[in-house]
This record gives sequence, structure tokens and C-alpha cells, in this order.
Amino acid sequence: MSSRRIFARPARFAAIAPYVWMVLFFLVPFAFVLKISLSQTAIAQPPYEPVFDLTAGWEALRAAFAALSIDNFKLLGSDDIYVFAYVRSLTVAITATALLLLIGYPIAYGMARLPKRWQGVAMVLVIVPFWTSFLIRIYAWINILQHDGLLNQILLALHLVGQPVVWLSTDTAMYIGIVYSYLPFMILPLYATLAKMEPVLEEAASDLGARPWQVFWLVTFPLSLPGVGAGVLLCFIPIVGEFVIPDLLAGSNSLMIGQTLWLEFFTNKDWPVASAAAIALLVVLLVPLLLYERLQKRQLEQGR
Amino acid sequence: MRKVSGLSRFNIASLALGLAFLYLPILILVLYSFNASRLVTVWGGWSLHWYRELFNDRAMIEAAWMSLRVAVASATIATLLGTLAAVALSRGERFRGRTLFSGMLYAPLVMPEVITGLSLLLLFVALNAERGFWTVTIAHTTLTMCFVAVVVQSRLGSLDRSLEEAAMDLGCNPVRAFIAVTLPLIAPAIVAGWMLAFTLSLDDLVIASFTTGPGSATLPIRIYSEVRLGVKPEINAICTLVIALIAVVIVIASLASKLSSSQGESAAPL
Repeated sequence: MSSRRIFARPARFAAIAPYVWMVLFFLVPFAFVLKISLSQTAIAQPPYEPVFDLTAGWEALRAAFAALSIDNFKLLGSDDIYVFAYVRSLTVAITATALLLLIGYPIAYGMARLPKRWQGVAMVLVIVPFWTSFLIRIYAWINILQHDGLLNQILLALHLVGQPVVWLSTDTAMYIGIVYSYLPFMILPLYATLAKMEPVLEEAASDLGARPWQVFWLVTFPLSLPGVGAGVLLCFIPIVGEFVIPDLLAGSNSLMIGQTLWLEFFTNKDWPVASAAAIALLVVLLVPLLLYERLQKRQLEQGR
Repeated sequence: MRKVSGLSRFNIASLALGLAFLYLPILILVLYSFNASRLVTVWGGWSLHWYRELFNDRAMIEAAWMSLRVAVASATIATLLGTLAAVALSRGERFRGRTLFSGMLYAPLVMPEVITGLSLLLLFVALNAERGFWTVTIAHTTLTMCFVAVVVQSRLGSLDRSLEEAAMDLGCNPVRAFIAVTLPLIAPAIVAGWMLAFTLSLDDLVIASFTTGPGSATLPIRIYSEVRLGVKPEINAICTLVIALIAVVIVIASLASKLSSSQGESAAPL
């Protein structure tokens, strides 16, 4: 038996503790979300009517299954607020991801073109803001974008505008916040594929008479598609469920799904509807999530 | 041969603009925390006034203390569990339930926080657990151990496995080979993983909001409720302190990983 196989046996035992933890605190909670999304709203503490009680025996269990209701899901489908929230979440996520790609690509491309010893420095510089708090970064933008904030002061001083522009509580502010917060997630996977690319390929295309934009469009971009895919998924999935950024920077007249879920839960105390909203959000994200998992697995398990 | 791989003016401009975009807002935030004026937009000279104000704010101090304890506890448990998970995934070959295991580990990395937070809260309510320090710690551990697992796993994947095999051929049993050979080599990644878990926990608003109980707000929850009321120089001050703390953690951890990795290869921070 090879030493690799002997090593594998105790390594498998290492899985036990994290496995149990993840089943308990990641998998099982979803069962509760599903269960509560199918139960009735009640004005009580906790604010839902429990649907089953395993100790009550078989008869009670059958009665409980009969009492399961899809009312909460029907509500989600029929109430405009929710339908709009889903549509808006997807629109915002698609727009923001496109913006991120547009802004992140040139930066990642610039990084990959740097001399080797500067590439590490550039990577650290891109990652460091990611380590500072998310909330703080959004707050930093509120500082800049508020009525008498720096941006308006500069615009006024340059006579670009006659009076202060309203930035806060607009979609523009929200997109700035999202792009700012997620930019490292887009840049890093892009940079990883661009840095691995052989510069010889671009040089060959150029020698054969391709113009710079043709080199980019016909050689560089197609070869960077794995990085594009990773960056897009890494940004798109969490943005769909984003709560903090739209809450602090966008107006309150159109909500994203993360915000309606939060509102149902904390303000209306309607846990069943909040759970149903969570399940529906999960269904929307299922395909991108599965794609992302496959990508992550390939990257980590088959060596890079 | 025409050379296209050098830096063009466009490359330099996009790099400079990109970095300015990433750093300027934070610099402005820090600068205005030292502003003497109450108006956030008028520069009234240097002052530590808002820091003094901050230290008299009991609720804020308590929230900061709570956050620090949660961050240290959850990062430590997460580093332990995440490292074990990484070892199992990269050295365990095939085992039953492996697909589910890796699925559960990668999903929380991108899962919207509202879903993770809500599902954990429903679990805690069903278990009748008292919500506070421990529930937030468990919730943060669940999220951050996945990040630790990814960081450590990518390091394990790039290691030369013949080193472990040589140790075993020389008579070490697998556990000793792991402790004597593998562990020192992945130590920088473990340190980086702890650091990442610590800052993620310190940063989290959404999951903590769902899983904490009355009277035990974390720092982000406290900051969030203040920020909703508008910009206050005091908030700039607390944000500056958090940034300083994280900077110190990064510096210490990168020094530690430099010291422990003899080949001078540092772990990827992501």
C-alpha cells in the first residue's frame, strides 16, 4: 500500500468534527427554514404556529402534514411587493456585475502586465481594503456622497453643478457602494487567469497583423473566460441577496429581496413569510450556486 | 518582434485610478475622524475630541468588547475546524459523503448572509437556546471555518506531497508525519486563515443581527444603528480604530507567516 493511501485514512477522520458541525449548523437550519415557511403566521413568541411535534406520535404527525400550507409562497407570488423585489434584485445584481466586470477587468489586466516583483505588491494592495470592515467602507461613501459631502463640494468648486446634487438614497449611490465593496472579488480571479496567460500568444497574434483591440478580443479575452466566470459568480450570487448596501445607500421606494426579508423578519415579525422569501431566494440562486461549487471544487481539488 | 506584453499607458492609468478608488474613501474617513469641527464637511483643525467622546460612550465600548470576544472565540474554533476540513478534503482521497461535505463548505462563501442568518436563528429558537455571545460565536464559526478551509486547502494543494511520503518511508506514522512535516509547512496559511476569520467576524452585521439577543449588540450592529441616523464624527473615530486594529492584525500575522515559512513563500491571503 502506498504511503499516500496510508496517510489518507487518518486524514479522513479529520473530517468528522467539521462534518458534524456543518450538518448541525448549516444543513439542519435549512430544514427549519423550510418547515417554518410552510407554517402559519401567529402572533406569539416565537411568532409562528409550529407545524410538527415529533413527540406527539403518528396521528399528530399526519395531521401536521395535512396542516402544511403553501399560503406564504402564494403570498410571495401574488403580492407585487415581492415580485418587484425579486425582479429588482436580479436587475441590480446583473447591472452591478456587468459594471464590476467593466471596471475590474482593466485593473486586473494592468496588474498582470506589471513586472513580476510588483505583481505581489499590487495584489496585496487590492486585497487590503477587503480586510477592512464592509460597513465602514459603506460609511466612508456616505461621508463623501452626503448633501454637503466632499463630492458635492468638489463639483461646486469646479462649477460643474449649480447646486448640490442629491447622491444619497439613489441607485447611483447604491451602485457605487456595490462596485466598491465587491471589486476585489472581481479583480482577483481575473488577475489569477490573466497572470497565468502566456504573453507569447498575444505577441504571436500581434506579429500576424492583429490590431491591439483584435488581440484583446480574439486572444486575451477568450482565454480569460474561466476567470470571468469565477468573478461573475463570486459577485452575482451575494449581490442578489445584498441587504446593507441598498439599505444604507439606495432609496426606500423600491426594495431588494434581502431588504424585504429583513423587513418581514425584524419589523413585521412575520417569520413564516420571511422564511418563504429565503427559500424563494435560494431557488433563484440554485443554478449559479451549483456552477460556483463546481468551479471552486475544480480549482481546489485538481491542483491549480 | 512587436512587444505587446509591456505596460501600456492605459494599463498604468487603470491601475492608478483603481487603487485611488479603493483607498481614497477610507483615507477621507480617517482624516475626518481627527476633525475639530462637528460638521463633517468643514475642516476645523486637528483634534482628538471625537475619540474622547467615544470613550465616554458606554454602549459603544460594550459592543466593541462583545465583538472582540466573539471574533477571537469564533476565529479560533473556525481555524481548528477549517484546518481539519481542509486536511480531510485534500489528503483524505475518497470517502463517503465527500461531495456533500465539500458542498457544505463552499456554499457559505457566497450564500447571501440574510439566508445564513435567518436559518441559524430559526435553529436556535427551535432549540430554545439563549441568544447572545454563544449563538453569535457559533454562527460566525460556521461562516468563517469555510474561509479557513479554502485558504488552508489551497496551501495543502500546492505542497509537495513527497515530503510527507518521505517522512512516512522513514518510519513516521501518518499522524507524526503530519505534525512534523505538514503542519509547519501549512502554518502560514493557518495563521492567515485565523486572521481572515477574525476580521470577517469583526465585520459581520447581518448574521449577528439575526443571531444575537436583546442587550448584546456587536460593534457593527451598534455602528449600523448610528449610521442610519446620519454621519457623526464619532462614528468616523470608531471606524478609524477598527481599521487600525485590523491593520495591526495584518502586520502581526504577515510577520508571523514570514517567520514560519522558511522558503519565504507566503500564504495567499484569500
